[in-house]
Amino acid sequence: MATTVHEAPKIELDRLPRTGSGNGGWRNLVPSDGDLRRIKDHSPMPASTGIWVGLASITMTFAAFTSALIVRQGGAPDWQHISLPPVLYFNTLLILASSITLELGRRDVARFMGGLRGRVASPVRWLYITLFLGVLFVAGQTFAWLELRSQGFGLSTNVSYSFFYVLTVAHALHLLGGLGGMVRVIAKLNKSVLRRSTLDATSRYWHFMGALWLYLLLLLWMKL
Amino acid sequence: MHDMSAHAVQHGAPTSFLRKHVFSLDHKVIGKQYYALALVAVFVGMFLSWLMRIHLGWGSFAIPGLHLLSKTGAPGDVMTPEYYLQLMTMHGTIMVFFVLTTAPFAAFGNFFLPIQVGAEDMPFPHFNMMSFWVTFVAFLVLVASFLVPDGPTLGGWTQYAPLSAVGSVSGPGQGLGVVLWASSIAIFCIGQLLGSLNFITTTLDMRTRGMSLMRLPLSAWAWFITSVMGLTAFAVLMPACILLILDHVAGTSFFVPSNLVINGQILPHSGGSTLLWQHLFWFFGHPEVYIAIVPGMGIVSHVLITNMRRPMLSHKVLIYSMGSLAVLSYMVYGHHMFVSGMNPYSSLAFSFPTLVITIPSAIIVLIWLGSLYGSKLRINAASLFALGFVSMFISGGISGFFLAQPSIDIMLHATYFVVGHFHLVMGVAAMFGIFAGTYFWFPKMTGRMMSEPLGKLHFWLSFVGAYCIFMPFHYLGIAGNVRRYQAFTDDYLIPLIPVHKFITIAALFTGAAQLIFLYNLIHSRFKGAPAPDNPWEGTSLEWSTATPPPHNNFGDTMPVVYHDPYQYSIEGASTDFVMQTSPEQLKNPHEEK
Repeated sequence: MATTVHEAPKIELDRLPRTGSGNGGWRNLVPSDGDLRRIKDHSPMPASTGIWVGLASITMTFAAFTSALIVRQGGAPDWQHISLPPVLYFNTLLILASSITLELGRRDVARFMGGLRGRVASPVRWLYITLFLGVLFVAGQTFAWLELRSQGFGLSTNVSYSFFYVLTVAHALHLLGGLGGMVRVIAKLNKSVLRRSTLDATSRYWHFMGALWLYLLLLLWMKL
Repeated sequence: MHDMSAHAVQHGAPTSFLRKHVFSLDHKVIGKQYYALALVAVFVGMFLSWLMRIHLGWGSFAIPGLHLLSKTGAPGDVMTPEYYLQLMTMHGTIMVFFVLTTAPFAAFGNFFLPIQVGAEDMPFPHFNMMSFWVTFVAFLVLVASFLVPDGPTLGGWTQYAPLSAVGSVSGPGQGLGVVLWASSIAIFCIGQLLGSLNFITTTLDMRTRGMSLMRLPLSAWAWFITSVMGLTAFAVLMPACILLILDHVAGTSFFVPSNLVINGQILPHSGGSTLLWQHLFWFFGHPEVYIAIVPGMGIVSHVLITNMRRPMLSHKVLIYSMGSLAVLSYMVYGHHMFVSGMNPYSSLAFSFPTLVITIPSAIIVLIWLGSLYGSKLRINAASLFALGFVSMFISGGISGFFLAQPSIDIMLHATYFVVGHFHLVMGVAAMFGIFAGTYFWFPKMTGRMMSEPLGKLHFWLSFVGAYCIFMPFHYLGIAGNVRRYQAFTDDYLIPLIPVHKFITIAALFTGAAQLIFLYNLIHSRFKGAPAPDNPWEGTSLEWSTATPPPHNNFGDTMPVVYHDPYQYSIEGASTDFVMQTSPEQLKNPHEEK
């Protein structure tokens, strides 16, 4: 789990204009003649905007699933209420814990990048733990699906099960994307080429996955 | 999750053929790829409409070689009723998704948005490349349904449940054909989501020095607004398609109700909601109408301003109106469902915003007309098509007033009146926007000029032809001619058949006129006169760089923007246009406080 870092990672100079690039935040909006009267815009970095845009899109997707669930349940005499597999609550603890370990990891990386290298033995330690908890979460979800199937509750048993599988699988697929992002962050950190914006974007995505799971659990608990 | 931290143009100029022309990261190449895809798609879609129109005019006419397209669907080269519906479905799907969404938004937006904001590329070039290739795969999956045993789906581009969700029992193509259709659209959604992500971040974060939001040209604003719509609309259609696929392949019952009997068979599904599909589909479907038309509004405004040599009456109001269209487009979708059996009070609730949405539409039109009034418009192929866009948008929009009211819509629903309405306002108008953009930007995209005489001929034939085709549709609709019928055998429909024959002849001629455009496009690409950097004397950033633009768009020096985008006919200026990059101090610039 330990990693060897031979040189300081490249630290992104946050919000500084980049020479020759069209990007660089609000400072680039200032005309060279210094006329600030009309300039009111502020542009953050693309990675920051991009992740929020991506999360908005994912939110819309799950909002669509949610509205489908509510409409479908509304006029359905065939709706069967189901008991959620208990392992889901354990999985919830895992994903919550992973958000905490990720923040610990970010703190270590920030210290490491900030020059406190001697005091941080391994900046990726908590990130590995986060990754492990994420994998464990997906394994736990898989266990829940297998458990339901072994009890004879498949995707088409009843529409309530259909929604259970669709929502949890969709979330797990998105979480796998987060795991991929985490692997990438660790690899970049190990190669000392991690950008702060990469870590920030990945962290936002990861925390969003945790929040999304809490929402889904509440929805499943209330509606199924 | 992918690396979201990639900044523009970390990729250098490509050297290998694959990276340069196929899996390119350059937004300009990707824009051209989208355009090429749309070009192929539009001719496929038009060919299908020819087949349909011939069948509607002369039902027993054997179209030579039609059996090659489908043996079971066209025995003796005469199409079966089912095959007519299959062709209609594919025509609608191909045109809406792979032409009207792809060309004005993805093609032109990809090529010109980064240049107009003053960026070297989009912030996530790999996502951009994936966006095109995912869309390309979606097109292949859709077209592949022609090759499966019972052909493509016949459910229409709206794929209403339950017939779309029960499998082949409801007709040829309703099994695998629907699965391929839904898969194609779901894949398409992924491509558009990736594209929208890039468009939004490009607009917000990649603007060059001095380029405030209000200094963006109207075309850039239109692409930005469209990308926001795309981000939310396609994110809803994709889960809807997934649920539809599951009803097919996993035996779920999202959309299929209990005890449904089709062709004498009781289906095993239970409790599904047929209206659920319509809600999900039209929540996407109505914004999709604006996804198709808003880029055209921006392109046409941009083209008109350049040729009027003066800005629009109000730059800001035009932008706010396009934004209002985007917001309202989500509140009006229920007007597609007035006769679906939903609560009549819901109809009222959807009718009101539908009437309200005519206000920003009318404001936009009035700004165009008010700006055109008294202007000395330069007449060229681009400006003619821009005028044609305005004309089609007004003609098609007026019939929208009628359809917005449930009491009238109940009469006109599912008639040719609706078909005429949306073809004019969403189909032909959007196509004219694409043509205007093509004639206007072709020099910048290829380095060569298109033939103006051929362009003008193309315009007049298309303009007259489109009206000859689609105005009679309204008459047919008022006469009660139901859409999606492959033959007109009822007493009240038989007298209308001559009108259908006239429309068919007009469609064949108008379609043939598009070959002039195709010839002009291909010939000019290789043999056209070399284009100067700024052939139309425009002011926005795409005209301040070389033709065609270099790999990083602006060469060694990034542009600095000093002015609002449309500084034409400025008093005291050295020329009748002042480019955004010109440091010239203007005494009385066009500027909105």
